[in-house]
Amino acid sequence: MSADAVIMMIVAMLILWGGLVVAIIRLNRHEPPTLDEIHRDL
Amino acid sequence: MTTQEDVEATKRGAFSSRKVFILAAIGSAVGLGNIWRFPYVAYENGGGAFLIPYLVALLTAGLPFLLMDYGLGHKYRGSAPLSFARLRRGTEFLGWWQVGICFLIAVYYAAVIAWALRYTFFSVDKAWGDDPPGFFIGEFLQAGDVEITSDVVAGVLVPLLIVWVAVLLIMGFGVQKGIGTTALFLIPVLVIVFVVLVIQALTLDGSAAGLDAFFSPNWDALTEPGVWAAAYGQIFFSLSIGFGIMITYASYVGRKTDMTGSGMVVGFANSGFELLAGIGVFAALGFIAQANGVAIGEAASGGGVGLAFFAFPTIISEAPAGALLGVLFFGSLVIAGLTSLVSVIEVVISAVRDKFELSRIGATMWVGIPAAVISLVFFSTTSGLYVLDVLDHFINQYGILVVAVVSMLVVAWGVRALRTLAEHHNVNGSLKLGRTWIAIVSVITPVALTYVLVRGFLDEIDTAYGDYPQWLLNSVGWGAAVAVIVFGVLASLVRWRPETSLEEPILTTEETR
Repeated sequence: MSADAVIMMIVAMLILWGGLVVAIIRLNRHEPPTLDEIHRDL
Repeated sequence: MTTQEDVEATKRGAFSSRKVFILAAIGSAVGLGNIWRFPYVAYENGGGAFLIPYLVALLTAGLPFLLMDYGLGHKYRGSAPLSFARLRRGTEFLGWWQVGICFLIAVYYAAVIAWALRYTFFSVDKAWGDDPPGFFIGEFLQAGDVEITSDVVAGVLVPLLIVWVAVLLIMGFGVQKGIGTTALFLIPVLVIVFVVLVIQALTLDGSAAGLDAFFSPNWDALTEPGVWAAAYGQIFFSLSIGFGIMITYASYVGRKTDMTGSGMVVGFANSGFELLAGIGVFAALGFIAQANGVAIGEAASGGGVGLAFFAFPTIISEAPAGALLGVLFFGSLVIAGLTSLVSVIEVVISAVRDKFELSRIGATMWVGIPAAVISLVFFSTTSGLYVLDVLDHFINQYGILVVAVVSMLVVAWGVRALRTLAEHHNVNGSLKLGRTWIAIVSVITPVALTYVLVRGFLDEIDTAYGDYPQWLLNSVGWGAAVAVIVFGVLASLVRWRPETSLEEPILTTEETR
């Protein structure tokens, strides 16, 4: 494989598979807003 | 205490958790197109450089549109027609237009799954011999001249019947026990099977050359508008957006669910699987190109049906442990196709249930049996391949794409509902939506998709699709594209049952969080 191809493969993996991992972590860490926060918005 | 949400879940069905919803949505998005369309589109449009327009399209069209669909279904708690009716009574026809499209897709998509199912078994003894194209068209499908016939091909009829029985069983079990459980089991299986396939493909001689062809960037391609159109088209068709599926699925999710965060997971999982498919497919193509002394482009020519039923059988015949590779590849197509077909037919079943207040089993029978009969009549005959090819092209290009653009314009500019949908998402969403999302959905996505649509239409005028006779293109192709619009308008004129409220379900503050 050429160096260009290897770089593009790694970049694609990092962005798409890395993006998936980040999205899953972000989703699991997210806490729904408390009742107080909702009332403050109101 | 019984909440409004409990009542809703009992009446319409619901996913038991966020995880089940996400797996079902991934199951819908990851379909045949991820495996046989993406690798070829990427290779043809700049290889590694295609990643740039692809990512831009994902972020400026795919994910924003996905969140609009989620917003409609999650806020208005209905099938596509009911959600649109609750958004604004006059927009209901858009939902039925989407339902009509889904019905037609279901009847032909099942046939492709049936082909893959049969090929899973053909792989064991390499039944295609040394002429896979001749075997597929001549012996398996028995396709002759381009005409519509009633000559049944038993080799297609039986697997097609099996596919429909499986689908009707899944649908009959309902949202959680049927669709949810299927996704919960089949999506991990699909990933494991495909990873094994990729590992096996990577061990073949020539796989590095295949990956080189796939990832080598052609930066000049980025200046070509057609490459950007291909990227937007790929993202759009791949994510199952714009034709009711994600509206329907989102209506089955609890009010407190983080829909924007879930959307990010679904979007990246879909694209991540496409990348995996690209690696597996091109590693295998590299092997066959080297073995036969041909260029990778020649080995990959045709894409879609050609890639699956011509190129892969050749690879299976020549590769070490080819039978295993074949079972993994066609098995993956069956699983990916089945979880997508389930989502497509659910759009129709859900709409019929909402409109006529039918039971789950009743709606499944009313929708599933006619769909199965039409599918068996048209696609188990010797003319099935031609009808399928024309119907698929026109329903994608002038069905899904047109209804997507129209519905986006109606929601953004006609009803001006984007701000409301953003506020709805922001209550529980981890990713907050604001002016950027509204600008993207109101302007960038419709402009990009309109460009893809117009470009395709101009190509159509230039060259008739697939060199088919005009009578076939007019009757099956344009006929179907117009019929679903007429159906949409007529179905929206049918009155809702008195027990169905067209008001947005109002929940207490406690229930919304």
